[in-house]
Amino acid sequence: MLYDAHDKPGRSDAMENADTFSDVAAIIARHAGREGALLPILHDVEAAHGHVGEASVRAIATALNLSRAEVHGVVSFYHDFHDHPDPRPVIKLCRAEACQARGVEALVAGAEAVAGQRVRIAPVYCLGLCSVGPAAMLGGSVYARLDAAALSALIAAAA
Amino acid sequence: MKARVSDDALALACGADAVAAALAAAGVAVDRVSSWGMHWLEPLVEIDGNGWGPVTPADVPALVAGLLAEKAIGRIEDNPFITRQARLTFARAGRTRPLSLDDYAATGGWNGLAAARALEASATTETVVQSGLRGRGGAGFPAGIKWQTVAAAPGARKYIVCNADEGDSGTFADRMVMEGDPYLLIEGMAIAGLAVGASKGFVYIRSEYPHAIAKLQAAVALSADIVAPFDIEVRVGAGAYVCGEETSLLNSLEGKRGEVRAKPPLPAHKGLFGQPTVINNVLTLAAVPFILAHGAKAYADFGMGRSRGTIPVQLAGNIRHGGLFETAFGITLGELVNDIGGGSESGRQVRAVQVGGPLGAYFPPALFDTPFDYEAFAAADGLIGHGGIVVFDDSVDMARQARFAMAFCAIESCGKCTPCRLGSTRGVETLDRINAGDNRAANLALVEALCDTMKFGSLCALGGFTPYPVLSAIRHFGEDFQSPARERAA
Repeated sequence: MLYDAHDKPGRSDAMENADTFSDVAAIIARHAGREGALLPILHDVEAAHGHVGEASVRAIATALNLSRAEVHGVVSFYHDFHDHPDPRPVIKLCRAEACQARGVEALVAGAEAVAGQRVRIAPVYCLGLCSVGPAAMLGGSVYARLDAAALSALIAAAA
Repeated sequence: MKARVSDDALALACGADAVAAALAAAGVAVDRVSSWGMHWLEPLVEIDGNGWGPVTPADVPALVAGLLAEKAIGRIEDNPFITRQARLTFARAGRTRPLSLDDYAATGGWNGLAAARALEASATTETVVQSGLRGRGGAGFPAGIKWQTVAAAPGARKYIVCNADEGDSGTFADRMVMEGDPYLLIEGMAIAGLAVGASKGFVYIRSEYPHAIAKLQAAVALSADIVAPFDIEVRVGAGAYVCGEETSLLNSLEGKRGEVRAKPPLPAHKGLFGQPTVINNVLTLAAVPFILAHGAKAYADFGMGRSRGTIPVQLAGNIRHGGLFETAFGITLGELVNDIGGGSESGRQVRAVQVGGPLGAYFPPALFDTPFDYEAFAAADGLIGHGGIVVFDDSVDMARQARFAMAFCAIESCGKCTPCRLGSTRGVETLDRINAGDNRAANLALVEALCDTMKFGSLCALGGFTPYPVLSAIRHFGEDFQSPARERAA
């Protein structure tokens, strides 16, 4: 029974089936034959879809001769992979010790208020900018020496 | 007129691209170079050897007109922050264009690899043994001994794995090597491959370092012919701190959950895909070209006791002069924080420094005479780790920092062993009770006992070393645990 329920595609899953099954197959094909291909495949699927959904897990498991549980186990282990989509832009705000020492904690409540429901403020533990924090990352870009005003401007510009 | 501006991620985060664009708009040709590591001055603009920083785009017209005296620092290479260093690994920092093969070759690049190619493999490993080089990732294991073990281990294939999962807060030296001098790491890996008989190398870089990933991927492609038949592949982590632990990293490279493996077997015997594997930190491998090019003695002449050579110290947190300071072992913590770092940036009193990342101990100023040396730090119940120093001023609440250490361990635990998985969460709860003033003495005793269990019962350094920041905070800053947090704040 459990197994049947799990097999039923959910709402996001149906969308994923319709839109993206072929490009998941293309991603898998691109990494075929590499040693330890699973993480590179998951990175590409996450980048293309914003998450690794049930249909992707199924296709990857079949291609790599793994069980779906094994693939799910890997997806759920790493902070970078998500099993459901979240369309909001993400600002990764460093909350590690060096940025704490430079005052990041005092910025958090204000940042979350500015972000509201539109932007996700996610913690990250170190961006390697530890002498010029508080630091944050948006997309592939990094920002340092943030104060409340600079962080608010970054949140407002996030799309 | 030609200007040099870094394209290191830290310089970019401080606005270097906008400064470079403003210079270009003013008709100044701009070379993008690596960072000198004087982070308080970034974006640093260099013209004819002289420096100005931190420069904003609005400063550029004045700079070009020769009027920006208040941000002039004179000749960069004569700056005390630079002249007091012993830059072996970071010899090119600030001086070369990171992806330029010409710049690399013109500054002694590939000499170490050429030396290794002229030697028997066993002579190369012996040179590394004689240099006294120890693993710079934190464990401090002699690199040459590890290489000899892999060289002697039977295996169908062997691998060189570079641990570039630099997750410790307060550290950025790996990032600076990969972004500023990527061929140095490639050369070090190729030498390791020759020494142990491996033809394939992997660099496992954390995903939080997109600029390092891009630079290293480009450098690997550009230098493929030079290091052939050795072949390097860049792999990207996925946001798990524990993957900086070597066996966890190997599982991740194999496409598995990044869970720690029990040792033995050692990775040197059964590592990646069950084959003999050298796994070294970026800084360890990046130290090797100098050793091969200049000889073991030239490296071992630096340092003290059993800590030979240099260590790139990373000055971070609330510090006036933060950045990369490569120095021989033996310099004291106080010299680093006060003389070189200039004390706190806030101008308040320095109260605590955490050395060695989230798993490192907190030191009070009373222990600032501790020399930077693996054994001396162990004797002071601390660790050097990856060489990061995070400075806190007197506004820090050490009970909160102790709680954070346990909370971080709980977030990042791989879940494989019980002391780490459960101990970290119980630690947070117990510290919360102490902070709330609930049965303080009994709960402090409980935290100490819990730390004992974690220290000796955990599979790896995550659970095993989390007690360092917790116990050092309790030992050296006990007053912060004696009254409820709300009273201390008042």
